Amino acid sequence: MPDPRSPVRLSIAVNGSRMEAEVDPRRTLLDFLREDCALTGPKKGCDHGQCGACTVLLDGKRILSCLKLAISAADRSVTTIEGVEREGGLHPIQQAFLDHDALQCGYCTPGQIMSALEAIADPELRTRPQIQEFMSGNICRCGAYNGIVDAIMDVKANASL
Amino acid sequence: MRAFDYIRAETLEQALLELGCPDSRALAGGTSLVDLMKLGVEAPARLVDIGSLPLAAITLGQSALSIGALASNSEIASNETVERLFPAVSQAILAGASGQIRNMASLAGNLMQRTRCPYFRSTDWPCNKRQPGSGCTAASGSNAHHAVLGVSASCMAVNPSDLAVALLALDAEVHLVGPSGPRSVPISQFYLLPAETPEIETVLRPGELITQVVLPRSNLAAASTYLKLRGRASYEFASASIASAILVEGGAVREVAIALGGLGVVPWRDRTAEAELIGKAIGRQSIERYCDALLAAASPTKDNAYKLDLARGAIHRCLDPDRARDDVTARGSSPE
Repeated sequence: MPDPRSPVRLSIAVNGSRMEAEVDPRRTLLDFLREDCALTGPKKGCDHGQCGACTVLLDGKRILSCLKLAISAADRSVTTIEGVEREGGLHPIQQAFLDHDALQCGYCTPGQIMSALEAIADPELRTRPQIQEFMSGNICRCGAYNGIVDAIMDVKANASL
Repeated sequence: MRAFDYIRAETLEQALLELGCPDSRALAGGTSLVDLMKLGVEAPARLVDIGSLPLAAITLGQSALSIGALASNSEIASNETVERLFPAVSQAILAGASGQIRNMASLAGNLMQRTRCPYFRSTDWPCNKRQPGSGCTAASGSNAHHAVLGVSASCMAVNPSDLAVALLALDAEVHLVGPSGPRSVPISQFYLLPAETPEIETVLRPGELITQVVLPRSNLAAASTYLKLRGRASYEFASASIASAILVEGGAVREVAIALGGLGVVPWRDRTAEAELIGKAIGRQSIERYCDALLAAASPTKDNAYKLDLARGAIHRCLDPDRARDDVTARGSSPE
């Protein structure tokens, strides 16, 4: 039986680049991204799956990186806010967040945008109440909720994605 | 977090072999287990990652729907067959957690999630479920969110699953496999009342895994709905919830199924109380008789007695055709 504290090998794609690392099995995907990959976009808000600030995409679906062990994401593909830009410019949803004042302090914003990416890709979501419900796993203590919904509605209405 | 050995199971056989070792836990979505490991409530020596096993299929047969244990909550909720033939299942999932969590969490993980009782989730307090024999802090502490049905002197913690409530109303069968082979258990017998041993929550034996849940097709199931009442409009556990289905023929109830969440130490269903409704016209009086029978066994505290009124209101809203119409009218005229 291996020493429980010995690191395990992890191969994972992060924002399109293949990463090879040795990680403690206890390391969460969030800590791996922030501390081993120096990607500090995903935030550690509550670290217990309640605030959504750590939201990233895993194989294209939004998940909470604080509740995911890095090793259990082996051989899969992660996208963080750092991987969202388009050809060196802002993604339409990033621009819409700016246009609609969808943030104040900005701490929750990377997580909000990762969730919003799934919202704008879902043709079933059409109304403000639907989007409010869809985004309820991302807490904003500044209370920028209306701006966030505005931004998502704007992109759904106007952007060619 | 206590250090652990991490093993990724490539086959079901390997998973069962690994889970046979003492102090091993199966890891799927991790939304419940990893959280509790961070809190020190769970501290397994070995984690067996079953996430890549081929157990995620959703398959419709002639008489039943099979949902693989590793199907994600999101996949189940948005499955067109589930929405059409078992709407309460889809609605219950969408009423729970957040989109991120539903993308991660598996079917079996949802059924195995632990209670949200704050005394269980913190190692600072005595808790018979976390540390058998240490005492129940909720009994004398803050218990406004605790159970009113099935409680014992040892434990009054609510089972938090919405999905399990829907599955209970729809007569789901939980399929298991373990060292001594496969077996299946009706979900009505899957969860155990706490009695003197609240640490034993289900009939799952050490080394056993859930492989699938099977839902029998019926007109009753296709007519099912899920209503959840809670402290905020989204991303909150139930204060009271109800999965219900009713078929009326010639003005009398032919079939009915009612399961409740947020009220019991386990997902709750009372078939004796349901029998009160069979053959009767559905209306205020018959529903009250059902509620009386259902709640006769309740043992509320000063702080959680409101759940009895909440449950009655929810049941009327779901079953009473007049009330349902009133609700729609009220919603339609609100200046939303």
